[in-house]
Amino acid sequence: MSQASTEIVRISGHAGSVPGAGLNREFTVCKLVDTTTCIGCKACEVACLEWNGYTFTETTFDNSYQTMPETAWNYWNLIKFNEYENEDGNLMLLMRKDQCMHCADPGCLAACPADAAIVQYANGIVDFQEANCIGCGYCMTGCPFNIPKFSPTARKVFKCTLCNDRVSQGLEPACIKTCPTGCLHFGTKAEMKELAETRAKQLRDHSGYRNAGVYDPSGVGGTHVIYVLHDATNPEAYGGLPKNPQVPLMVRLWKHPLKWIGNFGMIFGVVGVFIHYLRFGPKIVKEDEQHGDAA
Amino acid sequence: MIHGKYLLPNGRVLRYSFHERMIHWTAAVSYVYLLLSGLAFWSPWMFWIAAVLGGATIARELHPWLGIVFSVAVVLMDGMWGKQMKETPADKGWWESIGHYIRNEDDKMPPADRFNPGQKLLFWGFFVNGLLLLLTGLILWLPQYIPWNLRILRLASIFLHPVFALFTIALFIVHVYMGTAMERGAFGSVIRGDVSRAWADHHHHSWFQQVLREEESSGKSSGD
Repeated sequence: MSQASTEIVRISGHAGSVPGAGLNREFTVCKLVDTTTCIGCKACEVACLEWNGYTFTETTFDNSYQTMPETAWNYWNLIKFNEYENEDGNLMLLMRKDQCMHCADPGCLAACPADAAIVQYANGIVDFQEANCIGCGYCMTGCPFNIPKFSPTARKVFKCTLCNDRVSQGLEPACIKTCPTGCLHFGTKAEMKELAETRAKQLRDHSGYRNAGVYDPSGVGGTHVIYVLHDATNPEAYGGLPKNPQVPLMVRLWKHPLKWIGNFGMIFGVVGVFIHYLRFGPKIVKEDEQHGDAA
Repeated sequence: MIHGKYLLPNGRVLRYSFHERMIHWTAAVSYVYLLLSGLAFWSPWMFWIAAVLGGATIARELHPWLGIVFSVAVVLMDGMWGKQMKETPADKGWWESIGHYIRNEDDKMPPADRFNPGQKLLFWGFFVNGLLLLLTGLILWLPQYIPWNLRILRLASIFLHPVFALFTIALFIVHVYMGTAMERGAFGSVIRGDVSRAWADHHHHSWFQQVLREEESSGKSSGD
């Protein structure tokens, strides 16, 4: 698992082949967040700040336990608290750990124009390389989960790394390490998927959550952070988790048909005027002495 | 020989005043920077261009500011040329003869005013697309201030900004070709400001005749 994090699958804005692709036998990593056993203690928020070296900043109070409305450039891990009345009329306090989902088909990477600013590793981690980031913010628009955030001081974009630095050394991410209830798990994608399905079945069979299920959205090719939800048919209730996240159509249209039409058009234009010059030549005005003198 | 505001003592005709040339080149220089930095962000194969512009991070910082400079220049251009760029009924005949124009059969073309209909198309193309580029560009400049529930604006801009840019690139290619290689004398007119009388009569016959009439009447009244 650890060695695989150095193997690169895709590089943003990069012309040519990807160095070192397909060299290792790989294990994809995955973080499992079981929202049904989260107690909202926010230990993961603190561990994330500590490991990544960010200081505590002012929080926003809006009549909820939530630290701030959404993740920030220097606050990558946020528990979202949502009061929700279920179909039996019971009030539920839903708590979901929000962070980068590490999509298999990342919208941020698709939208990024900077060479090697976003790298997807073979183990599934999608990491920003701030040294190559140009701060255009296209990733912020390409992401279906509203995760990348712009730093006004660094003028670059930051997000959760899935603790790539720890994982590449064989450690689990800081949030996993600190979780006191065991609602966070870390392992290979296959293992976590199996564990999540087992837990979802248990919730359906023994706890009365008939719609319990696993959130691993196929629209972005699956994610390397997966959730167990009490009600997988209504992920929006968990602080706006999109039902069917996708790489935005506008990004796809820009990167594929528009780019080819545009490139063809520009080449056609330059070649076209050159051929015109070869065929018809310049418009040369004969300087007639009579002209002007007549005035 | 009469000379006055347009008919210069050296026997040539003033086509573009210093004011007009300054605004033209402000727009031109800012546009070229916008074009080159834009192409760098457009395709990984052209990302190297950013290195020539001070690196991609600096190009990303400067691109919006140059966009403001370009927009101001285009608005000023509208102020000074807007009226002369208005479509006239005679333009239809010019477009119908466009084939002759392309084949350099200029003697078969109807006479053009100060700006021929092709130049008018160039102007309005840059004006309209310039404003649309400004609008979408402002959104792309500061995406962190466009809230998540208005994300559709950011997504639309990502797609539409290059679409409008491509329209201007088409106009730009033709404009640069015609202004330098194709129409001899045109480039000098936008650098030094003047053209020969023959050039004025050939390319902008109606305008030249009007200049002659005006200069003649003002010359008479001032007793020149």
